[in-house]
Amino acid sequence: MRKGLTWFNITSIVLGFAFLYIPILLLVIYSFNASRLVTVWAGFSTQWYWALLENEQLMDAAWVTLRIAFFSSLVATVLGTMAALTLTRYGRFPGRTLFSGMIYAPLVMPEVITGLSLLLLFVAVNFDRGFWTVLLAHITFTMCFVAVVVQSRLVTFDRALEEAALDLGCPPFKTFFKITLPLILPAVVSGFMLAFTLSLDDLVIASFTTGPGATTLPMRIYSQVRLGVTPEINAVCTILIAIVTVVVIIASVMTKRAENQRQAEERAAMTG
Amino acid sequence: MAADKARKETIGAVRRSFAPWTDPTKTPLIRFENVVKRFGDFTAVDHVSLDIYEREFFALLGPSGCGKTTLMRMLAGFEEPTEGRLTLAGEDLAGVPPYRRPVNMMFQSYALFPHMNVEANIAFGLKQDKMGKGEIDARVEEMLKLVKLEKFAKRKPHQLSGGQRQRVALARSLAKRPKVLLLDEPLGALDKKLREETQFELMDLQMDLGMTFLIVTHDQEEAMTVADRIAVMNNGVLVQVAPPSVIYEQPASRYVADFIGEVNLIEGTITQASHDETRISSPVTRFPLVVAQTVACKAGDTACIAIRPEKLRIALEPPADPSENLFEGEIWDIGYLGDLSIYHVELACGQRIKVSQPNLSRMVARPISWDDKVWVTFAPHAGVVLT
Repeated sequence: MRKGLTWFNITSIVLGFAFLYIPILLLVIYSFNASRLVTVWAGFSTQWYWALLENEQLMDAAWVTLRIAFFSSLVATVLGTMAALTLTRYGRFPGRTLFSGMIYAPLVMPEVITGLSLLLLFVAVNFDRGFWTVLLAHITFTMCFVAVVVQSRLVTFDRALEEAALDLGCPPFKTFFKITLPLILPAVVSGFMLAFTLSLDDLVIASFTTGPGATTLPMRIYSQVRLGVTPEINAVCTILIAIVTVVVIIASVMTKRAENQRQAEERAAMTG
Repeated sequence: MAADKARKETIGAVRRSFAPWTDPTKTPLIRFENVVKRFGDFTAVDHVSLDIYEREFFALLGPSGCGKTTLMRMLAGFEEPTEGRLTLAGEDLAGVPPYRRPVNMMFQSYALFPHMNVEANIAFGLKQDKMGKGEIDARVEEMLKLVKLEKFAKRKPHQLSGGQRQRVALARSLAKRPKVLLLDEPLGALDKKLREETQFELMDLQMDLGMTFLIVTHDQEEAMTVADRIAVMNNGVLVQVAPPSVIYEQPASRYVADFIGEVNLIEGTITQASHDETRISSPVTRFPLVVAQTVACKAGDTACIAIRPEKLRIALEPPADPSENLFEGEIWDIGYLGDLSIYHVELACGQRIKVSQPNLSRMVARPISWDDKVWVTFAPHAGVVLT
């Protein structure tokens, strides 16, 4: 069989990537446009990035978004890791199947439904909507992603390592921080980064659960675009794309490296 | 050289006379008293009572799933007995968590901490005891020297060979000087040659340190080599607890006889049971069989004679000595192993028995060959009557 690139392969790759990235590329290019008219190219300029700094509305929204993304993914990481530990470790406790099903449900749940039900909850308990409600909502919907990532690592974790620590006189709580956590850390960190990027670009759930004074960046962009696309929006989106890309690349490199190391260790163990 | 010889003589003297289990004044270090462990409906350990003495090298031997590992894990504290009592140096271990027990375990997978180097792995247990840094360093160095890994102190586990990892695991479990060292299939991952060497090293180490070792293994040769006493387990029950030579030469049951080494079982009926002599008639031979053993049976009971292949002799002529037990047969198959030849002899009734003979002289042409009519004999004290 012929290996390498055939005409068919080249065509599919070009078409596929064009489909995925031409819109984004266009956006990035126009963010460097000197003209105020979005669709007319008038030479290279970084003025819209400087203009961004002056645009308080956008800057405020960006700050709110970053804070929400950071704190929600932090809490989601702790809760998701705990859920993953419980699901992989504590055997068949009553309700385990129900619990594991329920933790994955938000993965496939339409965002509109998650957002709407959270809104109903906050209204029912008379919780003033704003920064905190968006934060809570984001914890809710990103936690399950963390749980999935961490659980997949824990499945291959050798329990004998923890037993060895216990056997050597290390109490369970300390064992978790000395042995378990360092070994699953790459998975926990990539879970955190996944949660961070999900929170960063969420529009639907944030719109449902937000209130006055807590407009996130995606919401601000969306509302401004309805009045017409400005080059400033292009610039802010480019920055957003850059952040998400960097975070995703770091996360996948970390996961890959941890995976490679584990495989090397396993190979070494097998061949003795 | 002189020191070596003196050391060897002391060790020899200790080994020859070491038998605390025969001394009623000795108190055992570890006592399992009627210990039962159930997992749901499954009984993994069934009413086990077992005493293990200080400085003993004790082996738990049995097929996989026989409960030997569960028994060991109860001692380590990873499992709690469902019933019964477990004491260590007179102290009841019920409710004592694994991190407060003065025992350490060497794991089958070694369970080395992959994110720590060799030094840190060995020091891990010592740090939990709030030992001073100088003291920890000294102990780690001593342990590295003991397992001959001084040059590898800074390596991570995945940079070591299987044999080296095994040594790190051993050093780590010995570092805290536990009252008992538990070894869970410690040599399973090593190749045959390294395994044999390591068995002797373990024995010397146990002697030098004067510690109590409890090893779990399914490898009977390993158990026979290293242990002072062996407990043979099957289906959660202790079948026999005895020194290796007794297990081999005086198996308590057909199960033990069959599990340890090769054995021929010859069924028959007791015709006469007197002091030091049991006569058995068996359909496999027209001659009466005599075993020099007192049995708690009477004439007419069925019994079987267990006889090891190396205790049978094979000849083309009938023997001159009339006191020997005798079978007639035909060579069915021959296995030539170099040092030994294994003869499969088919007896008149169709049962096949195995006879092994050392090849004492260099002989390319075999004196005994396929389809030869042969006489198989054994002395009255060579077999064991099992009921």
